Amino acid sequence: MMDLDFSVIPANSELLWEGIKMTFLLTGLAIVGGIILGTFLALLRIAKVPVLAQVAAAYVNFFRSLPLILVIFWLYFLVPLIVGQPVNAFTSVLVAFILFEAAYYSEIIRAGINSVSTGQLAAARAIGMTYPQAMRYVVLPQAFRAMTPILLTQAIILFQDTSLVYVVGLRDFLVSAEIVANRDQRLVEMFLFAAVVYFVLCFTASLGVKRLQRRFAK
Amino acid sequence: MPGEGFLVWVRLIAESALNYNWDWGILFRDPYAGWILDGLGWTIVISLLAWVIAFTLGSILGVFRTTSSPVLRAIGTCYVELFRNIPILVQLFLWYFVFPELLPEDWGRWVKRDMPAPAMTTAIVALGLYTASRVCEQVRSGIEAVGVGQRQAGRAIGMTEPQVYRYILLPNAYRIIIPPLTSEFLTIFKQSSLALTIGVVELTAMTRQIEEYTFQGFEAFTAATIVYSLVTFTVMMIMRVVDKRTALPGTFSHGAT
Repeated sequence: MMDLDFSVIPANSELLWEGIKMTFLLTGLAIVGGIILGTFLALLRIAKVPVLAQVAAAYVNFFRSLPLILVIFWLYFLVPLIVGQPVNAFTSVLVAFILFEAAYYSEIIRAGINSVSTGQLAAARAIGMTYPQAMRYVVLPQAFRAMTPILLTQAIILFQDTSLVYVVGLRDFLVSAEIVANRDQRLVEMFLFAAVVYFVLCFTASLGVKRLQRRFAK
Repeated sequence: MPGEGFLVWVRLIAESALNYNWDWGILFRDPYAGWILDGLGWTIVISLLAWVIAFTLGSILGVFRTTSSPVLRAIGTCYVELFRNIPILVQLFLWYFVFPELLPEDWGRWVKRDMPAPAMTTAIVALGLYTASRVCEQVRSGIEAVGVGQRQAGRAIGMTEPQVYRYILLPNAYRIIIPPLTSEFLTIFKQSSLALTIGVVELTAMTRQIEEYTFQGFEAFTAATIVYSLVTFTVMMIMRVVDKRTALPGTFSHGAT
């Protein structure tokens, strides 16, 4: 056993705080981007748009068969090549997360839309709404309500997944903790601290989701 | 104008494709072809061994969570909540960097250096223990899906609780949860790439290494992408057949999705 010294945490609170802000920023933007692209993919498949529906299905199956780390490496390599100049790691990582998460969100959203009764769509069309209007004002609001708990659970998973930016060294919470750990030779304290922080945040959030689920079930 | 923005992207992508030095032959040349195969081998070894741990422990915990004993149920719940709410990468670091330090000195040294393939063994254990929490939830939902009537019927004809699990609940539950268990196995297969963070050179790490040595990132990452997709689709096809063959009469079984 070694002696533990947790004073290294308050001593580096500023760096760690910057890291946690980066983790939340990345999670937030990836959720918004992932849901937008995921909704778009799901709608292409639900509306059975010729060709594009098949492309959307292939997209989803393709990304779901790949490790997130590989997708992060891909975009870290591709984005600067396409833009033609070096870009910061944040941009390529964010693109990677949006493209990757959209595949998972699209499956959740598709299930949500399918759970809305087809009578709703028919009724909306019958009172003269166009197909996009019926989707926008009648089907999607009900679908999003039905799938809110699952979307939030996926958000918690995404929050945990952002720790993988470690592989390109973007300074999120885990990388900040690791920098302190190596610099001050306090690996045990810093990794235990990181685990506790992630656990408290994710556990609290999942309790919240469970309560929401129970309220929706009534 | 969204249309214009799209055209700008197409032009940028076309330009970068023209400026890039294509060399697909690199994938078939020595030593790179061998690296990719080696990487795939380690990826498969890690995935299979981690799956043995995840499946065994996950099944035990799944039984715990559905038994009549409140103590066993509490153990199962605590395990799942603990392992599910810490990112797998953090868990990997805990096992690799923290766990040996908390042991008595001799044991710690053994875990860090003297046990066979320390980094890979740690990755297998960490992945297995993490996925056990997910397998546990699938087994639990499978047992719940079999229904309380089966359990009561088993007890009524004089079976003990272990017998009810052994002969009635588990055989039925496994047949119901083949599709989600397939997804969990594929998740382990993909997450085995995390082992590269502690220095295990599996498939993703190998392709990264090829990129660093040759600057042919496009070809290297394409190779990894194809290999991961092929393995995933093969496993899904096989499990779809298995699921159909073992389907419980009167249930919906469509194979893994």
